[in-house]
Amino acid sequence: MADDEQPTQPIAGPSTVLYCQGTRATLVGGFTVLTDPFCFLRHARCTTLFSAVCSLPPEYCEFGSHLSKCKAWLEDAYPGLYQEYYSEEALASKVGTLSLDKQAKLEADVAKAEAKAEARAANEEKKKAASKVIIKRIERQKRKYVTSIAGLETFGVDLKKASKALAQRFATSAAVSKTPAGGEEIVVAGDVADDLLELIEDASEGKGNKTSAMFKDVPPDACEIVEEKKKKGGAGAGGE
Amino acid sequence: MFKKFSPSTDIAGQSALKSSVQRSIRAQLLETLSIDAETLEQIWPKKENLIQVKCREHITIFTLHGVPLFFQHFDDKIMPSLRLVHKYPSMLPHVKIDRGAIRYLFAGAHMMCPGFTSAGGALPPADAALPAGTVVAVHCEGKEHAAAVGILKLSTEDIKKVNKGVGVEIATHLGDDFWNVQKI
Repeated sequence: MADDEQPTQPIAGPSTVLYCQGTRATLVGGFTVLTDPFCFLRHARCTTLFSAVCSLPPEYCEFGSHLSKCKAWLEDAYPGLYQEYYSEEALASKVGTLSLDKQAKLEADVAKAEAKAEARAANEEKKKAASKVIIKRIERQKRKYVTSIAGLETFGVDLKKASKALAQRFATSAAVSKTPAGGEEIVVAGDVADDLLELIEDASEGKGNKTSAMFKDVPPDACEIVEEKKKKGGAGAGGE
Repeated sequence: MFKKFSPSTDIAGQSALKSSVQRSIRAQLLETLSIDAETLEQIWPKKENLIQVKCREHITIFTLHGVPLFFQHFDDKIMPSLRLVHKYPSMLPHVKIDRGAIRYLFAGAHMMCPGFTSAGGALPPADAALPAGTVVAVHCEGKEHAAAVGILKLSTEDIKKVNKGVGVEIATHLGDDFWNVQKI
């Protein structure tokens, strides 16, 4: 077992590695090719493919959780490699030293993991469809308001960046704060609820500027404006 | 080490490193990895500044243009990221596990000795034995690319002798949260 592949050759240039294509997010709508993050190695041959159904090098896909999708991708994009990894004799030889029932167990496990991953993806999709962006106008003092926006993160908005942008857009102050429920929300000083809805509507239609580009994935239909009056006799500072 | 890692919550701060610190890192890399200065120059040109990203639990990641190249736990040895190992496979000594161990590896387990000593596994021969504490690339039976980067808990000779318990502590493996971070 010892005399095995100890690299003795001097290091040549960077070797090219192929990674499984498509990201988890873009599983359904075909595959995307991500750029090689090592592209900044200018001398390097930037032929490395990334992306991924599972982002692993394709030889490891069989241990990932999206085997059938990985297989479909590989067959489509690199038929040669597909033959190498999944043809009959390759399958027979790769069982290697593993006993048969162990191999069967492994396959069962992979199938289970795959089913689980799919269920999770479907669940997330459902959650996204059901989730709402709640724009809340909260009375802080008589005739003074803050606006809180909750639920943006499900639509892929970077809250920290968004709060900065909103602060600039409305010439006011905005912050990301934690909600008691455990989530995060953006709190903008001043009553900007209607303007905000407008901004989101504009963004979804593709017009508007840098600020609104951030919200382009937020469907305006999912937005809801709620009003929250200050509780009478609450522990608010100052009182009325 | 990177079983749970998300850039948004686990990163405490980023800062550029002093050039004297960078010099010492460079020297340390040349010493611990089997690469020559020229190759390191390709990976990390002299003129570029490495960024130090501090994370929770004493983990430090070194990035260049936002791409994680190396990481370090506390004051331990600096380890290359798995993607970098894929690019330069011979920068680390190899050990090899058998097929049965792969799924445990992908679940984040440390690698046990029998995985290396069984028929599918491989360790360097006795005359090229590696001492405990060496950073190694974990390869897998029948696979071309490394699947994990780890630290030897026992020397390779001890692994053969004892053949029990943890042989390699896995720092990062394919598909863990550090692997999924392509840019910070």
